[in-house]
Amino acid sequence: MSALPNREEKITLDTFLRGLWEENPVFVMLLGLCPVLAVTNSTMNAIAMGLATTFVLVASSTLVSLLRRVIPKQVRIATYIIIIATFVTIVDYVIQAISLDLYNALGAFIQLIVANCVILGRAEAYASKQRVGASVVNALGMGAGFTVALLCLGTVRELLGAGTILGFQIFSANFEPWVVMILPPGGFFVLGAWLLLFEYLKQRKERKLLDSEGAIS
Amino acid sequence: MSGVEQVQEPPRTPSFAMLRTLGGVAMMAGLLVVLVFQVTKPIIEENKRIAIEKAVFRVVPGAASRKDFVLGAEGLLPAAEAQAGGETIYAAYDAQGALLGVAMEAAATGYQDVIRILYGYNPACECVTGIKVLKMAETPGLGDKIAFDPEFLKNFEALDARLAPGRDGLLNEIVAVKHGNKTAPWQVDSISGATISSKAIARMINQSGQRMFPLIMRHLDRLRAGG
Repeated sequence: MSALPNREEKITLDTFLRGLWEENPVFVMLLGLCPVLAVTNSTMNAIAMGLATTFVLVASSTLVSLLRRVIPKQVRIATYIIIIATFVTIVDYVIQAISLDLYNALGAFIQLIVANCVILGRAEAYASKQRVGASVVNALGMGAGFTVALLCLGTVRELLGAGTILGFQIFSANFEPWVVMILPPGGFFVLGAWLLLFEYLKQRKERKLLDSEGAIS
Repeated sequence: MSGVEQVQEPPRTPSFAMLRTLGGVAMMAGLLVVLVFQVTKPIIEENKRIAIEKAVFRVVPGAASRKDFVLGAEGLLPAAEAQAGGETIYAAYDAQGALLGVAMEAAATGYQDVIRILYGYNPACECVTGIKVLKMAETPGLGDKIAFDPEFLKNFEALDARLAPGRDGLLNEIVAVKHGNKTAPWQVDSISGATISSKAIARMINQSGQRMFPLIMRHLDRLRAGG
């Protein structure tokens, strides 16, 4: 049987917030970068991909957690993949039913959610060891963190690359779009800029902490 | 051997347990997928129908209804009756039921990948009346302008596609020319910075038109009568 946890976690606000900030899958763990770079050329694509990934994350974590005591260790990864692939297929049909334009814009990246290591990582590292409630809350936090990260990239890239946000014109007609921002290199530039900002904030916080400790002593 | 420590192996999982879990999960997965497929299928088909209708009405301005036909080896047949394969064409009619034009698909390789469009043809004026890009992977900001650049799309509002006297091909080949060099009504004024994509559009309409327009003209009476 699968390796069951030594201790099961209590649900706290931290269970949710961890994925949003401290263990953000994109900005801290640098996971799932393929869709992060590929589909964030517009805000709408970022929102859709974020929500689709969150749904798969929450649904697969729930099922993995429910079945954690009956999945033998030797076949656990294969089982997780079947579960994740099922929910990805469901999302694929649902997005086609909601909007074909959106489905065409996201292209193959919907199907590729199955290979997103954030989801398999959550199943293996958390849901397979925790109760359903904690797994759902943790997956929701991770999904929210992933969606926020995609939005951070999507809004900046759409704004600079097309002068719009969600299709609404923000800059005047005289604005010359930075086409590179919509192209793949733009994804790397914007991700790099966000990582730089977060690292700067982190270091500034640490410096302040050290200064205050020094002042106390 | 007595000094060698015996390492206790964890108990082996029976194969049946593994088979049971994988089989059970796979069956549950299959059931869920089939359930969602059944629920979403009519909605997706309706979405596709609306998308085609919107595209047809866009490339044949003024259209109020459409009928699908298949043009193949058996000749022109309503889509529902066609057995053998062929090319689907969409005949568009106005509110009074008069044939306004015919929409059909065309494809050619662009800068990145195959570009697929739907375009309209008006047999009365023997001209192309509009295009709508269905699928493309052209460079954002450059090649993708073929889908929405108003100046480029104006090329296809009345693009000359008259048939040659023998009625077996076009009188003038539809070609793309450099931006600002359009002199004839059968030429397509390229987008500067997206020449390859513009040429692909002209090429696909020319290739498709050379083949399809004579066939459409041959079956014009049936198309006018609505099948």
